[in-house]
Amino acid sequence: MSPRAASRFEALGFAQVYDYVAGKADWGSFGLPLEGRRPSETRLGAHVHSDVPACAPSDRMLEVRERVRATGWDTCFVTSEHGVVLGRLGRTALAGDDDVSVEQAMTLGPSTVRPSLELDTAVERMRTQNLTTLPVTRSDGVLIGVLRREDAEHALDSLASA
Amino acid sequence: MPTAIDRAEVQRLLREEQAQLVEVLPPDEYEDEHLPGAINIPLKTLDRETTRQLDRDRPVIAYCYDYQ
Repeated sequence: MSPRAASRFEALGFAQVYDYVAGKADWGSFGLPLEGRRPSETRLGAHVHSDVPACAPSDRMLEVRERVRATGWDTCFVTSEHGVVLGRLGRTALAGDDDVSVEQAMTLGPSTVRPSLELDTAVERMRTQNLTTLPVTRSDGVLIGVLRREDAEHALDSLASA
Repeated sequence: MPTAIDRAEVQRLLREEQAQLVEVLPPDEYEDEHLPGAINIPLKTLDRETTRQLDRDRPVIAYCYDYQ
């Protein structure tokens, strides 16, 4: 919608027109403030951890395990050079000791969600599917971070009692 | 052709060039949440009259919810 609006502005004679294509979903997913009657906290984008480790398919597992261990995370996302999620290294892959390539060890095509998803919907999905984390990507597949179920449940409780 | 920009460039334009943010979604979505300082001109009402409130000498940044 915003590309059409930006073009419309130009047609109306505005000379300096920009299109923030990722919009307020992107803004909120980076923890930046939003105004209005609905708190940003009701969407999962406000609760995403963007410090989750990522690696490339060509990386070696020995090096990746060491790097992931140092971060304290128990998962690592495999991304393309443009940051698009290709796969995931879970606990089993990270617990091994073989030095294969990441591409050989990763689980392909993990399910992802958008930061605009309602937090309560995300929590329900995690409970139903018995998930402890959900990878969050932009609509172009680029990794934003991870939603932890524990954090999401705490946030829902806080919202309910507010 | 309008320039597509990312979040960092939005912040720079706001900070350094006093850009004007315009949310083009319907009013109820704008009322729910919008970027700080943004005004609302829904796409369907975007014409000479509704844009009269904008300063033509300053940049205009249009946005909606996401890429869709």
